[in-house]
Amino acid sequence: MSALTTARGRGPRLRWLPIAPATLLLLLFLGGPIAYCVYIAFTDMQLTGASSTHFVGFDNFRRAFADDKFLNAVVLTLVFTVLSSIVGQNTLGLGLAALMRRASRPVRTLTGAIVIAAWVLPEIVAGFLLYAFFERRGTLNDILGLLHLPSQNWLFTLPILAVSFANVWRGTAFSMLVYSAALGDIPQEITEAAEVDGASGWQRMWRVTLPMIRRSIATNLMLNTLQTLSVFGLIWAMTRGGPGTRSQTLPVFMYDQAFLKALIGYGTAVALLLLLVGALFSLVYLRLLREEV
Amino acid sequence: MRRSASGAQRPRARTAKLRRATRQRLAADAALLVVAIAFAVPLAWLVLSSLDEHASLDVSVPTEPTLANFDALMNSEITYRPMLNSLLLCGGATALTIGCAALAAYPLSRFRSRFKRPYLMAVLFTTCLPVTAIMVPVYGLFVRINLIDTLSGTALFLAATQLPFAIWLMKNFMDAIPVSLEEAAWTDGANPMQALARVVLPLMGPGVAVVTVYSFIMMWGNFFVPFMLLLTPDQLPASVSIFTFFGYRGEVAYGQLAAFSILYSTPVILLYVLIARRLGGGFALGGAVKG
Repeated sequence: MSALTTARGRGPRLRWLPIAPATLLLLLFLGGPIAYCVYIAFTDMQLTGASSTHFVGFDNFRRAFADDKFLNAVVLTLVFTVLSSIVGQNTLGLGLAALMRRASRPVRTLTGAIVIAAWVLPEIVAGFLLYAFFERRGTLNDILGLLHLPSQNWLFTLPILAVSFANVWRGTAFSMLVYSAALGDIPQEITEAAEVDGASGWQRMWRVTLPMIRRSIATNLMLNTLQTLSVFGLIWAMTRGGPGTRSQTLPVFMYDQAFLKALIGYGTAVALLLLLVGALFSLVYLRLLREEV
Repeated sequence: MRRSASGAQRPRARTAKLRRATRQRLAADAALLVVAIAFAVPLAWLVLSSLDEHASLDVSVPTEPTLANFDALMNSEITYRPMLNSLLLCGGATALTIGCAALAAYPLSRFRSRFKRPYLMAVLFTTCLPVTAIMVPVYGLFVRINLIDTLSGTALFLAATQLPFAIWLMKNFMDAIPVSLEEAAWTDGANPMQALARVVLPLMGPGVAVVTVYSFIMMWGNFFVPFMLLLTPDQLPASVSIFTFFGYRGEVAYGQLAAFSILYSTPVILLYVLIARRLGGGFALGGAVKG
């Protein structure tokens, strides 16, 4: 690298010119909207009649924290994130990766292909598929009927559970890939040494494997959570946030307020809160990476 | 199954160990198969319903398999135009992303500057931001600057959302190309852009392919961005048209919905298979973590 730092006949400024198009695009189309987001969050902008926009200070935020529907969305987002990302995708992904190391090759390949197929499918297709699975006349109730278990109208009685399972179905492959790579990086001598010392399977998992892949766990949790926080299409295709507001997570709530209720200012204030949570997670993630380097 | 390292082990001990290994493997196989079946059920609905003219919401094997559902879709309004829109939108945005990312990655990979680290950190930070959250202001902004309901504006925004990760990946792939190979070009008097185009990019062909295909897959599947920024039915890509065609109708033709889903998903599945081996295990992280 040092050889090129003395680029001949090129001023150091000009050398960095190729970075300009990307920077411009990022500033205009990501930086711009974020700045605009901060601005409108403090106004009462509505979809109809942009001329009557006023600066309202923290009104939108005060209103949000007094709004039952907003608090409902916060709780549902937490439930959705904890169930589907932290418990579901993360644990199932780790479990699958661990099992794959012991399973025979054909089974491993088959399972991997199916789980990854669920991940590669476009979000909206996944939404339709799981709608069909959980619907009253859908497959899940057929299976329950075969097992002589009571059937349910899942999308009506437990919509948040249904969309959480949907997100597990769709997102587990990512964790599985991450953990497969992490487990593959553990030197075999270490697990063998633990085995020779008489550690049982569970002890090896808790005392050896998990501590050794703790960075992957942290990174994976962080990325899963960030991805889950912004899920919209999946929920929209399955329940549209309903029935009522019973599966209305923050992105759906935000959309509902900004477009269906035409309150752009209020919707954006909610968006800004979501963005702040995302930014916080990103910072923690960067911190984790920095420790690594 | 691992063979025991020491051949001096007594036969009985060895068979016991083998038997335990077999048992463990069978248990792991059984557990994996259960998960595989659970994950496969919704996929089975997709395939079986697409071949069934009278498909319903539950998985059932069609009594007389037919391609009638696919035939019904083969027209401009439902399939050809949305697919073409998707291709224009995602193809254009991908080209823009890759062009910008390759240009930006070059100085970031080759030159030193005290702004480099903060810049890379900012890029990595943006990678993680939830784009969903800024869609409301983006909509407002696009209305203001008259980009709303234009394919070009939507493509620009899609490119910007994918760009941070593309820059990051591209830089990592570029770091792996030894500088010595470029030095020949330098002594021949090539400028940095020529060195990038003639030496570096051809050498990192597989890396560029991975970033391109990955960006395209992410955009092809994106529902929220075109859903917000495009309004005219003629301009909608497949990710949104599937929803307007099938999502709002009272009586849904499930067989056709499944058939369309297959048509719409096929390109990304094929592209994924194409790069899967290069991706290996968790490349996304491998690329990001090892930065």
